[in-house]
Amino acid sequence: MSENIVQPELPLQRLNYINHDWSVWSWINSRDHKRIGVMYLLTITFLFFLGSLPAILIRLELLTPAPNLVTREIYNRLFTMHGVTMVFFFLVPSIPTSLGNFLLPMMIGARDLAFPRMNLASYYLFLAGAILALVSLVNGGVDTGWTFYTPYSTTFSNSAMTPMILGIFVAGFSSIFTGLNFIVTVHTMRCPGMYWSRLPLFVWSMYATSLILVLATPVLAITLLLVAAEHWFQVGIFDPKLGGDPLLYQHLFWFYSHPAVYIMILPSMGVISELVTTFSRKHVFGYTFIAFSSIAIAVLGFLVWGHHMFVSGQSMYAGMVFSVLSFLVAVPSAIKVFNWTMTLHKGSLVLKTPLLYALGFIGLFTIGGLTGLFLAALAVDVHVHDTYFVIAHFHYIMVGGTMMAYLGGVHYWWPKITGRMYPEGWGVFSAVLVFFGFNLTFFPQFILGYMGMVRRVADYDPQFQVLNVLSTAGASILGVGFLLPLCYLLWSLRYEPIAGDNPWGATGLEWKSPSPPPELNFETPPTVDGPAYDYDTETIHQEGKKKHV
Amino acid sequence: MQFDDAEQQHEAAALGMWAFLATEILFFGGVLTGFVIYRHRYLEAFAEGGKELWPWIGTANTAVLLLSSFAMAMAVHEAETQGRRKHIARYLLLTALLGATFICVKAVEYTIDWHEGLIPSLNWHPEHLSHPDQTQMFFFFYFFLTILHAIHMTAGIGVILIVAWQTRRPDFSSEKKTTVEMLGLYWHFVDVVWIFLFPLLYLTA
Repeated sequence: MSENIVQPELPLQRLNYINHDWSVWSWINSRDHKRIGVMYLLTITFLFFLGSLPAILIRLELLTPAPNLVTREIYNRLFTMHGVTMVFFFLVPSIPTSLGNFLLPMMIGARDLAFPRMNLASYYLFLAGAILALVSLVNGGVDTGWTFYTPYSTTFSNSAMTPMILGIFVAGFSSIFTGLNFIVTVHTMRCPGMYWSRLPLFVWSMYATSLILVLATPVLAITLLLVAAEHWFQVGIFDPKLGGDPLLYQHLFWFYSHPAVYIMILPSMGVISELVTTFSRKHVFGYTFIAFSSIAIAVLGFLVWGHHMFVSGQSMYAGMVFSVLSFLVAVPSAIKVFNWTMTLHKGSLVLKTPLLYALGFIGLFTIGGLTGLFLAALAVDVHVHDTYFVIAHFHYIMVGGTMMAYLGGVHYWWPKITGRMYPEGWGVFSAVLVFFGFNLTFFPQFILGYMGMVRRVADYDPQFQVLNVLSTAGASILGVGFLLPLCYLLWSLRYEPIAGDNPWGATGLEWKSPSPPPELNFETPPTVDGPAYDYDTETIHQEGKKKHV
Repeated sequence: MQFDDAEQQHEAAALGMWAFLATEILFFGGVLTGFVIYRHRYLEAFAEGGKELWPWIGTANTAVLLLSSFAMAMAVHEAETQGRRKHIARYLLLTALLGATFICVKAVEYTIDWHEGLIPSLNWHPEHLSHPDQTQMFFFFYFFLTILHAIHMTAGIGVILIVAWQTRRPDFSSEKKTTVEMLGLYWHFVDVVWIFLFPLLYLTA
């Protein structure tokens, strides 16, 4: 076979989005969606590791039943910092702003997003928000939990609330601008032949995510503004002493923050759809169902916020309605899982790192989703509310789901972004490490929660210690699993082989462009003349060629 | 650079502005929901609060704002049809002037409120009120909503003045037609927000 012949040195001097201008100014003032995507990638990766520091301390504290590493007050600030950083500054922006920014215009054959300047502005808003949150951290942090429940957050908490609230407010507008940009780009910037029915599933999921970003984030913004005003002026909007209603705060907060869960998970579902098809070498099963289940999740996601308030004094009938609606979300989610499974079925699987992450995602997301149904059931929720069962459930979705997809996606598109491969052996090793570390960390927490260990408390009953030690042990494995990719991916920038345009043999417009792509994404304006994931025809085509040879 | 032609650019700008306005609706929607819930719960106190306001000032201001929207509509019309730069500039300046009038009137109103001791938390003297706490909540919403609205107006006036200044450039009408149109959408939206705020706040009594 001629493929073993050493490839001639690729013309590295070919101009691409990285080497056309090396100056610092050309980066910090860049309107190029690819550069902004890379800037986001670096920023959110930094914030991810920042957000894991308090998690390390939390796990160390929970090794023993008594609060002997940190005081209870510090513990409150630690889990708040972990939650705020991870939710608002990592999970919500993670895939859309990094991979989404880089790939969405390329996948639809556009030269850039519709509003490149707004894209850059959204990056700096995000940075400003993150800095404000850090200012709050330096000033002692916040001890309310990431949910800022009133009246504790407005009246009693004497922590650095103001910079924290402003930081999240500002970062929220960054999300809104990103979402708005994506919606407009998908509507107006598609290349000739890229009909809606041919959009890659990643684009569909980005579109659904953007709908939520644009419609839910403003409600969080106004709610935080009300909390800040209440914090400064104490007029009692959320304070029962003066006639206010704390439950109103919870309604407004969860009207954003439940859809925000889908902001975190929908993009990862998009990534998984890409990974599963590429590495099954097969047309995706049920394209239309996967595409529209994203939209269905986005719509249903707006109708279920009340399931966070089953025990908050919400009316019983409201609880019943929210419970039923929450069960409905399982339908489009399950459609996706079944379709991925059917795509894998009888596929020609190539077990590379991205597919390992995708397989991990499918398993962990299924566990996370099914335990979500336990929590959506009114009676069960009363029992496990505010216990580690809830913690385990949403970590299965957010770490087992979003984080796995994020890592899988970064590996998959790494050759496109940087032009270099990643070391496959290390990739497989760390993917396996993440999977086992994750399960060892969070599976015991399901049991702990079911046995009644409550969340957000620094000390616990000694009978829970064994499972907590297991969980901490798992967390250290998970930590190594997260650090390894950071090391070998940076290493690969210099020492790994050059990837070539399409190392995975994937369909999709982004692979038709050189790696790394040129400044305007494509050397010739692309056109599309077939459905997405057309692996079957391509295989037939190649086989036909072989026969002729 | 990112667009193929002017038509695509116009389409993108229009969709972007409408999506932004959808965001704005939910932004105001959150706090309006709170207002409606408390108004329903504390009907008397909110009515009492409404009586403390000056409906005729509010009415006059509504008229000023509607006139400014008319001027804006004329600017958009001019940009879309004949595109005479001087006419566009004049209509835009008129819009900004009327908008500024609205804000000045609002400032006078706030001053009166201050003298009457109706500023929650900062200068609150509820001696003559029968439900001081709940009425304070009404006034909190009153200031929160109207200040939020005024911030949107100020931002709008700023952009209007910038665009009016840009009309001096000879290539304006062909290039910036879309900008004037989008500005019009935004300005009308801010106007509509006031159309909701005015009856909710001033006419509840």
